[in-house]
Amino acid sequence: MNKFMRHNLLISKTFAHAFLVIGVLLSIFPFYWLVVMSTNETAAIFAVPPRFTFGDSFATNFGKVMDSIDFWRALLNTLFVASVSTALQLFFNSLTGFTFSKFKFPGRHLLFFLMMATMMIPGQMLLVPQFIIMKEIGWIGSYYALIVPGIATAFGIFWIRQYAMAIHDELLEAATIDGCSKFGLYWRIALPILKPALAFLAITTFMGVWEDYLWPLIILNDSSKFTLMLVLQQLKSVHTADYSMVMTGTLLATIPLIVFFLIISRQFIAGIMEGAVKS
Amino acid sequence: MGALFKEIIKNRILYLFISPFYILFLIFSVFPIFFSMYLSTQKWDGIGEMKSVGLNNFKYMLTDPSFWQALVNNLALWVMGNAPQLFCALVVAFVINLSIVRFKGFFKIAFFLPNITAMVAVVIIFQSLFGNEYGLINFVLEKLGLGKIPWFNTEFGVRTIIAAMIGWRYMGYNAIIFLAGLQRIPKDLYEAAELDGARTHQVFWRITLPMLRPIILFAVMMSTIGGFQIFTEPQVLAGNNSSPYPGSDTIVLYMFREGFIYQNYGYAAAVSWVLFVIIGIISIINWKLFNKSDD
Repeated sequence: MNKFMRHNLLISKTFAHAFLVIGVLLSIFPFYWLVVMSTNETAAIFAVPPRFTFGDSFATNFGKVMDSIDFWRALLNTLFVASVSTALQLFFNSLTGFTFSKFKFPGRHLLFFLMMATMMIPGQMLLVPQFIIMKEIGWIGSYYALIVPGIATAFGIFWIRQYAMAIHDELLEAATIDGCSKFGLYWRIALPILKPALAFLAITTFMGVWEDYLWPLIILNDSSKFTLMLVLQQLKSVHTADYSMVMTGTLLATIPLIVFFLIISRQFIAGIMEGAVKS
Repeated sequence: MGALFKEIIKNRILYLFISPFYILFLIFSVFPIFFSMYLSTQKWDGIGEMKSVGLNNFKYMLTDPSFWQALVNNLALWVMGNAPQLFCALVVAFVINLSIVRFKGFFKIAFFLPNITAMVAVVIIFQSLFGNEYGLINFVLEKLGLGKIPWFNTEFGVRTIIAAMIGWRYMGYNAIIFLAGLQRIPKDLYEAAELDGARTHQVFWRITLPMLRPIILFAVMMSTIGGFQIFTEPQVLAGNNSSPYPGSDTIVLYMFREGFIYQNYGYAAAVSWVLFVIIGIISIINWKLFNKSDD
């Protein structure tokens, strides 16, 4: 490599990294600004020039948030709905996905194709009739309406099936000879092998429920049952003037997921990339 | 026939295993689809008797300026929120994938982070950033001598805010999707191009882009299906009304208002069918566009 080329390489290297760093700053800045706003008083952010650094008003803002919404209650509600949904989805999706991947039975291709086709239905389209069904069953205001329709999903089943294809048939045959039932094959052999796929599915489901807004907004009518996103919206629409306080609420409602993401980010991104290539 | 029946009986436990999805699918998808088809020809407030009105719901929709406004907003938001964002995602993925770039793991995580933020939170943060009076963006613009922009007073301004939210939240996600596609392109293609003395931008346009076409189609399809169902952004920004801000009403918000605020369930069902047809048409156009045979 001659001197000219090495020089050139250094320039492109610097250029590429500078480009990415600017991009990262744009991605991160709103988080930084969120923390700045929730640690300062509203007056300090609205001043000219505004405060660009962290302040010491977080405790005050935190207190105000706690006074105006039942944050802990909403957090517990959200954790409850998200955990139950996730647990049920993991079970039903993995059982169905495993069945599709490893057993032969009449109609399985047609049934699988039908399931995949449902992914093309835009969810919002069914909002009105689904609401009416919930009303008829008497599930308005109930967590059943949030949890039950989603306990088996086309994406989840597809995801598990792709992963379960790699399970060796000999392993299942050997277990069958040893007297293992079909459910036993799923429970004792497949589930342990499927752990990484289940982990990814668990995270996406959990986050999806945590962030869901429209469906809970339609279904839940009693504020003691509200999830975090609903109380956050409530906080925002009631306290339009107190930015710092609304920002503190926003920070509190988003920080658990972000911390959780940072802990598992490597595997999570690997999962997303794998999923993109598979579908 | 008897053999098939025997086979089905023999495997009954397997049908039991897969049945939950199909039961839920029948109750919460198939039935609603037909029910909303029927509902779209009725006038119903959810309590009294249904009244058949034929195609009047659809006729009314065509003459309602708010519906057209919502449709135009939706189209504008879809283009403004997705076209620049998908292009940037492609460039970011391309650069991260370059062999000279280090700290790839860090960049992936940092770009992905916005996607973890709930949309409700994104709206609240961006609403403050773009504030007409006290927003940080206007403060910077004024410092630069460009003057404040009344973001919330014009259609273009409001759409820019919503497009910025979508772009910020999904750019990194799409970059990761594209990166997955890039890593599957055979290395020798790049090596051959390098031997022929191709420049970086030539490699991008001639090799990367064509090889990525299936995954780009996937991303565009997803952004279309998602983009036409925008609800949280305008609703949290402006509330249920057809809007205190111009240019923010969308079809799903329009449908939500008609159905869940005014209790016009029949009309809302008709709107959802139109939405379905629009998404279908645009998906087919996308598909044709990206699958046109040029080889």
